[in-house]
Amino acid sequence: MHIPDGFLSTPVAAAGITAAAGTIAYAVKATNKKMGEKQVPMMGVLAAFIFAAQMLNFPVAGGTSGHFLGAALAAIILGPWSAVLIMSCVLMVQCFIFQDGGLLALGANILNMGVIAVFVSYFTYKGIFTVMRGSRTGRLVAAGVGGWISVVTSALACAAELVISGIVPWQVAVPAMGTVHMAIGVGEGLITVAVLALIMGTRADLLNLQQPA
Amino acid sequence: MKFKWWHGVLILALLLAILSPLASSSPDGLERVAEDTGFIDVALAPIFNIFPDYVIPGVTNETVATILAGLLGALVLFGIGYGLARLLRAKGEA
Repeated sequence: MHIPDGFLSTPVAAAGITAAAGTIAYAVKATNKKMGEKQVPMMGVLAAFIFAAQMLNFPVAGGTSGHFLGAALAAIILGPWSAVLIMSCVLMVQCFIFQDGGLLALGANILNMGVIAVFVSYFTYKGIFTVMRGSRTGRLVAAGVGGWISVVTSALACAAELVISGIVPWQVAVPAMGTVHMAIGVGEGLITVAVLALIMGTRADLLNLQQPA
Repeated sequence: MKFKWWHGVLILALLLAILSPLASSSPDGLERVAEDTGFIDVALAPIFNIFPDYVIPGVTNETVATILAGLLGALVLFGIGYGLARLLRAKGEA
């Protein structure tokens, strides 16, 4: 759901850039001097993995495709502030080098997919994981729901920006963006669960990398 | 050099990049909504182009051009992620 230039009004694009820049600055401050020995390579390989996985669009109903986002996975493995940084790096490279997502819309895209998706999935994951008493099943269920909800809320934030920009009425944008991303979110949830199950089965210690938020 | 866990993940990411030509070329969720509700034409062309549409220009085989773009992007992001985390690393950590 990378927004191209032209869809957003100038005030909405400017607000997006301001919000994204402020959040990234805070994320740098929150993680500075805290990256541990294993987090350094993890930040690198996770950014590479998320970029590559985002290229693999999978078909959903009605001649539409969706792709993995990765915000939930990054938030679960590294915590929300590191995840904001990873997602912002991925979105910037996609925008600057591959012209995926508009230059002026970059702030809004970072806000939707790199900030809102990260925090919504992180708190959903934490909440369900705690309610299910930290069990193995609880962790996987929490990751699946977290992945799904990250895509849906990200799409609704995108819809809201289009509505405020005056390009499409909310009666159209909200149901349309919501419905298609509820389907795409299922893929997100499944991939997040699969990757997490793989990590839990091989290197469970890597799930305890994040600093207390 | 000893094989570490993250070497495996990096290789996995590069393998995914090699699979990128298999991706569905259907419009994504936002493009679908923009087409169905008629605002897709409002989209502006990028202000500048480097490697638009994940294709390395000058490579005639489109499959190869996409794979190269995927590998390049994944390696660039590994470098940025690793470098950024190193700048932010705790004192006394390697």
